[in-house]
Amino acid sequence: MLRLLRTNALRLAAVYFALFAVSVLALLAFIYFSIANFVDRQTEAIIRAEIRGLADQYERAGLPGLIDTIHARIAGQQVHATLYLVTDQQLQPLAGNLTFWPSASPLRPGWIRFPVEARGDGTSETDSALASVFVLSGGYRLLVGRDLSDAEAFRARMNHTLAWAGWLTFALGIAGAVLMTRNMLRRVELVNRTSAGIIHGDLSQRVPLNGSGDEFDQLATNLNAMLERIEQLVIGMRQVTDNIAHDLRTPLARLRARLEMALLERPTATRYVKTLRDGIDDADHLLATFNALLSIAKAEAGSRRDLLVVVDLARIALSMAELYEPVAEKKGLMLTVSSDPVLPVKGNEHLLSQAIANLLDNAIKYTAAGTVTLSARRDGTTARIEVADSGSGIPVDQREAVFERFVRLEPSRSTPGNGLGLSLVRAVAKLHGGEVRLEDNDPGLRAVLTLAALDDQAMPREAAASDRPAALRRASGGR
Amino acid sequence: MRVLVVEDDTETAAYVTKGLTERGHVVDLATDGYQGLDRAQRGTFDAMIIDRMLPQLDGLSIIVTLRSAGINTPVLVLSALSDVDDRVQGLSAGGDDYLVKPFALSELLARVSALTRRGTSASRLNVADLEMDLLSRTVTRAGRPLDLLPREFRLLEYLMRHAGEVLTRTMLLEKVWDSHVDPQTNVIDVHVGRLRQKIDRGFAAPLLHTVRGAGYCLRAT
Repeated sequence: MLRLLRTNALRLAAVYFALFAVSVLALLAFIYFSIANFVDRQTEAIIRAEIRGLADQYERAGLPGLIDTIHARIAGQQVHATLYLVTDQQLQPLAGNLTFWPSASPLRPGWIRFPVEARGDGTSETDSALASVFVLSGGYRLLVGRDLSDAEAFRARMNHTLAWAGWLTFALGIAGAVLMTRNMLRRVELVNRTSAGIIHGDLSQRVPLNGSGDEFDQLATNLNAMLERIEQLVIGMRQVTDNIAHDLRTPLARLRARLEMALLERPTATRYVKTLRDGIDDADHLLATFNALLSIAKAEAGSRRDLLVVVDLARIALSMAELYEPVAEKKGLMLTVSSDPVLPVKGNEHLLSQAIANLLDNAIKYTAAGTVTLSARRDGTTARIEVADSGSGIPVDQREAVFERFVRLEPSRSTPGNGLGLSLVRAVAKLHGGEVRLEDNDPGLRAVLTLAALDDQAMPREAAASDRPAALRRASGGR
Repeated sequence: MRVLVVEDDTETAAYVTKGLTERGHVVDLATDGYQGLDRAQRGTFDAMIIDRMLPQLDGLSIIVTLRSAGINTPVLVLSALSDVDDRVQGLSAGGDDYLVKPFALSELLARVSALTRRGTSASRLNVADLEMDLLSRTVTRAGRPLDLLPREFRLLEYLMRHAGEVLTRTMLLEKVWDSHVDPQTNVIDVHVGRLRQKIDRGFAAPLLHTVRGAGYCLRAT
């Protein structure tokens, strides 16, 4: 309960409750005053009508007529709710159910209030009465009043009822506030418990939904989506560290062994030089692997998503083809390129270049003879980069595996490479909201990289017009 | 050549200093940002090597200050930040070249000498009997015309402008292809090999030399 008091939810509920209470009180007060006023007016109206009637009677039948009428009226009522008194000029009672002129009353016409003996029970209690005085011609005075005990009983009853209503409202309000706060707190508590679980290292925890689709559910859904993403990133990072540990340890061990051997062997100067050179090569290889891993991690983290700008994928593809064309030629392969005039996408030029370079590098590396084809074309709303080769291909069941970091299939283990090329391509594709997949090229392999294409007009004019790599005049190098 | 080195890491500073000194350069070393700026403003240097992250005052601020004071000594920025965006930042601050740590000494030396050699504005370049006409975009060796592809022409032009200097593969990729990709295969070797076929084949004295462990150099004998 103490914790309940400190909560924001309760404060909010309290504010609402206060507003609610004030409104209810105002409403009750309004009801009270209007009803009380209505009762008073009603009493006055009855008295006024009675006086008017009696005065008429006096005009018509004189004093005796009036007295008879009064007697008849008094006899006609069971309880003395209406008070009558007729006096002479000296205020001596002539008729009526009041035995004396109320002492405090004025003699002039108008409204008076005075105490009367309580009816019926004979106790010494007094009720109050409201009366009006009318001066008849001839100096006689007529007083007509109403015992107010009924009105007052009604008023008391109303006070009582309204007080109860007030208390009930108050109690219901408090209960409602507590329930509301509790309910809200329970939802918040679920989030808290999940966070605590995550703080203690269990990243798989998720905030439960109650299915109502309310704000709390929306919050929980968003939190869960965020947690999902964080978990993926953490798993990714963990995988990177594991892989780095695994894959960098081997060359580091080799480097260390090489250096230690050199110390033990007391070799010649030339042998030392060779050892050092090999050591530097090892270190360079390590650095290259490390850089590749870093690029993948950065692309995967999506930290540069805000830096994506409009670039021409066709131009990038052509310039990468130009870079690799002599490599293909040297291997006796035919590298052909086809592309749309422009192919604007939102992207990071450096990463897209690297991805295409990796695909070309793989295609050339794993094709012994034949052709490698690069195409960069629009396909509806997607920009499609295809690198197809006529090599030995990859079995269907291993096409997913090769995207994993450091995965190198058996026949390729002997060729140079770090097993990170396709991982980077996939990370780059993901960063750009696209995808990459491997397909059968019959024979050979076809890598397909797809991204969202922009309108051809999206390309800034000068960028589209200039700096196109002087076209591959010889698209092939086959000999 | 007088070179100012601003580098706070003693190991790296010693390595750079030793490399430059062995090449016959005179090295002045500053180990923090203020010291570096102070030396740069007072002394006269042919080139400066400034680390990007320095105590007290970072490297890019030094360069910006120097440039606004009208000191245009060529600067090579050293940095552990390797993103293309970091590189762009370094160059737009007024740096002339950008080298990412860790680097090979040969790379550093090649870049420093390339920095100080200002390209000529002449329309003809000559190395021994190799001649390039930049206006008609033709190349001849011993009077015999050579048929080069546009990219080969640009590669040769860069090599000729820096004749006698060692140019690393990364430098060629950056300056000729304007690219920072990491080609898994040694793509540059193939391009250079193809160019060599065109300019050296059939001539007694080769001009395009491979410098072991460093890169390439175009020079007469």
